[in-house]
Amino acid sequence: MQEKKIIESSSQLRDLSEPMIELNGVNKWYGDFHVLKDINLNVGKGEIVVVAGPSGSGKSTMIRCINRLEEYQEGVIKVKNIEVNADVKNLRDIRSNVAMVFQHFNLFPHLSIIDNLTLAPMWVYNKPKKEARDTAMHYLERVNIAEQADKFPNQLSGGQQQRVAIARALCKSPDIMLFDEPTSALDPEMIGEVLDVMISLAKEGKTMVCVTHEMGFARKVADRVIFMDEGQIVEENDPETFFNNPESDRLKLFLEQILAH
Amino acid sequence: MSFLRNEKVRGILYQLITIIGFVVFVFYIAQNTSHNIEARGIKSGLDFMNTTAGFDITETPIAYGHNSTHWDVFKVGLANTLIISFFGIILTTILGLIIGVARLSSNWIISHMAAGYIEIFRNIPILLQILFWYNVVLASMPSVRHSFSFFDSIFINQRGIFIPNPIFEDGSWLIGVGFVAAIIVGWFISRWAKKRHDETGKGFPTIWANLSILILLPLLAYFVAGEPAHLDYPALKGFNFSGGKTFTPEFLALLFALTIYTATFIAEAIRSGIEAVNKGQKEAATALGLTPMQSLKLVVLPQAIRISIPPIINQYLNLAKNSSLAAAVGYPELVTVFAGTSLNITGQALEIIGITMLTYLIISLSVSVLLNWFNNKMKIKER
Amino acid sequence: MAVYSLKTAKEPPLGERGAVAWIRHNLLSSSFNILFTILSIYILYKILPPLAHWLFLDADFVGDKKSDCGGDGACWIFVFEKLKMFIYGFYPQAELWRANLTIALGGATVLIAALDRSPKALKIITILLLPIVSVVLLSGGYFGLAHVETNAWGGLLLTLVIATVGIVLSFPIGVLFALGRQSKLPIIKTLSVFYIELIRGVPLITVLFMASVVLPLFFPEGIDFDKLIRALIGITLFQAAYVAENVRGGLQAIPKGQYEAADAMGLTYWKSMRLVILPQAIKVAIPNLVGSFISLFKDTSLVMIIGLFDLLSMVKLTANDRDWLGMDTEGFVFVAIVYWIFNFTMSRYSKRLERKLDTNNRD
Repeated sequence: MQEKKIIESSSQLRDLSEPMIELNGVNKWYGDFHVLKDINLNVGKGEIVVVAGPSGSGKSTMIRCINRLEEYQEGVIKVKNIEVNADVKNLRDIRSNVAMVFQHFNLFPHLSIIDNLTLAPMWVYNKPKKEARDTAMHYLERVNIAEQADKFPNQLSGGQQQRVAIARALCKSPDIMLFDEPTSALDPEMIGEVLDVMISLAKEGKTMVCVTHEMGFARKVADRVIFMDEGQIVEENDPETFFNNPESDRLKLFLEQILAH
Repeated sequence: MSFLRNEKVRGILYQLITIIGFVVFVFYIAQNTSHNIEARGIKSGLDFMNTTAGFDITETPIAYGHNSTHWDVFKVGLANTLIISFFGIILTTILGLIIGVARLSSNWIISHMAAGYIEIFRNIPILLQILFWYNVVLASMPSVRHSFSFFDSIFINQRGIFIPNPIFEDGSWLIGVGFVAAIIVGWFISRWAKKRHDETGKGFPTIWANLSILILLPLLAYFVAGEPAHLDYPALKGFNFSGGKTFTPEFLALLFALTIYTATFIAEAIRSGIEAVNKGQKEAATALGLTPMQSLKLVVLPQAIRISIPPIINQYLNLAKNSSLAAAVGYPELVTVFAGTSLNITGQALEIIGITMLTYLIISLSVSVLLNWFNNKMKIKER
Repeated sequence: MAVYSLKTAKEPPLGERGAVAWIRHNLLSSSFNILFTILSIYILYKILPPLAHWLFLDADFVGDKKSDCGGDGACWIFVFEKLKMFIYGFYPQAELWRANLTIALGGATVLIAALDRSPKALKIITILLLPIVSVVLLSGGYFGLAHVETNAWGGLLLTLVIATVGIVLSFPIGVLFALGRQSKLPIIKTLSVFYIELIRGVPLITVLFMASVVLPLFFPEGIDFDKLIRALIGITLFQAAYVAENVRGGLQAIPKGQYEAADAMGLTYWKSMRLVILPQAIKVAIPNLVGSFISLFKDTSLVMIIGLFDLLSMVKLTANDRDWLGMDTEGFVFVAIVYWIFNFTMSRYSKRLERKLDTNNRD
């Protein structure tokens, strides 16, 4: 009873000018395991949403459903009013607007940095090579890594690779960016450089959904922080209220655990 | 239109196209085949299996005579395949083990001799090795009258190797009983010895004890039953030996070549298994005070076996499949007599080759299933 | 408290120096070792000198008739006299230049493929063209070249042709089956699994018999299958199943994240396979692939059983010459050496490749 009130009361905080991502009554099962329970979430244009929660809570699964890396069984997901389903044309349109940055970077090790970035523009969007390379160099400079353009992924540090991954995501000029624990695989001293890039993207007005444990980032940048546990959204609030006045017991417990150090 | 854009629909469409294409293809082939078979006057169906084969086979572990059918030919061929695979597997394991361990020896000469062996015999085709043994080595054996002889009971010559054959008469079933009893007793002794070790820490020479019982009990049974077995010695009569057990040159050439060739791969599998065990494991075992023998038995081998066994079993299968090359020297295994002679006589190539392939397939798949079971049992538990 | 003066490095004690130390540690470190060393030296003493005598010291290299081979050693004169047959089989004398050209082209292709500096496109084009060009060159009938029946092709030439065509053709087929086996579409997966497990479960000889005897029945009477083509089909289809398993191993080694990243970027199935997944998978599978190619090269000797005159069959054919009876051993040893050289070189190259690919990933 208590928790339902929380979600309803925070709806006034949403920026409804243009719904970019809509999840309505989304349910997902892995076999018998109910992994996403009745997810309702709207993300407006330019909103920065951070999703937090213990591991296994379904956060990664949820954002993977948005660009159909995972499929859902019940409910509707729409991206810029296009439904996320088995229609291949829809998928193409959605994936050209939604970019994803992974926990383990997933750069293509057999291609150089610049080739990693020009791959999609050249082969999916049929851009001429010169244009693709110019765009690529622009974004490599944007993330401060232009001098590594001809190196290969395995020659770069983790932080550098993740910045390249972000540049690669930016090359298709997406409206929406999904981040799946982008700093969890990095050594502590490299987390800062990646977060800096993400903050500058947020300032540019990109719509971002971030699954992350970096609460400092959430406090600084997020419009909304969402707490997920056991497959459902438990609490949703602006960062101030979320961290300083958690309402649900589960969130209180979670915050105690991660802020203990 | 959006129906076709659904990726699930597309998936079904692709599969439908594939299966239709496949069925059409099979149909096309089947039609042509039946037409061609009729045109050439070849019979079809499996009736031929019950017709008389009408040819002799040189080595018949099962009864085979003038009236034997092609079905009997199949049985004899299969039996010969299994026999040579069986002996081949045993011999090649022993040889492979020796070479594999030698390869890892710290003695420079030994390890390089083993390496040389492996590099030489691995890179020469098995068929060449079979033919070499048959045409060069065994052909240069002396003639029957000038055979090499050992203890007047083992003879080696151009026609093969002749050894005494044990003949079991009435009452020799007791020896079998003795053998079975030895195994049961051995099992109980092992259990007892392990229990005693667990409770009191005292060791027991289980292996030696079991080995001696395995030899002594059947021997005892033999004497108790009044010595109901004797050896039939090969004796030179006229142009050849009679009596005793004969190993033909065809069998021997195939056996030696298969053993020597397959042993190289088994040696490499053993080597990679043992090398894969982290050096730290051996160091830890030594630091704990285990003797080299103990650390081998308790720490290294259990881990090495997990890695070595699948490729070794694979090599056993390869040996069984390579036995089909017997056609080159005329050893009457399955392919030579059934897919060879029977096929030539009846002309029913499709059925015969199909049956042959099916037989090998059954053997291979059974071994695969066993291997999977083994792998699952041995999997190191992870989080 | 104490202060110590700097020490200079000294030489190790006599027993630990140089060759003496090496012998002590490697050959005489324990009583077992001493025993083995003595035993193995004895074995080598028994084997190597007689072998050296037969192969070189007592062998006859010069001459042109069997009677010139008097000694106890190998009669290499026989091999020299019959060399043409060993290499070309029955290929007509007048057209030998075509065979030589084909072999030269093959050698050039191998060289280009082995050199790091050559552009990738060139490597792929030459490898793809080689089988076609070889077959056209050798069989003739076009471009004013006289037609040479395939049953005149023999010896090392035939072995190389079969191996090359087998390797090049089986590769794309094998890749397709590997992808099929990994596919999520059940029918495609089932068909692929059936094919791969069927072929891997049976001996090559049965596949060759199938191709040689049964294949002609599958097609209408008019189509006449050249014996060589049948053998090539059998060998290619056989090898494709093994290539499929090797590539599948490579595919399974690619982390799931690569598939996800390619998907997320909007690449279609075939584009992501071509640009992202397969390049990585094949790289990982290369050591195993070279291993199976070496096996293929050895397996070409089986065509002898279905009546083609490859290198191995030349041993018997040359030894059947009335002027040169009893030369089986020399033939076998010579052919064994030829096979050995090819296979050993390939396995050395494979090890070199493995090391090179390893360092690529290690930064």
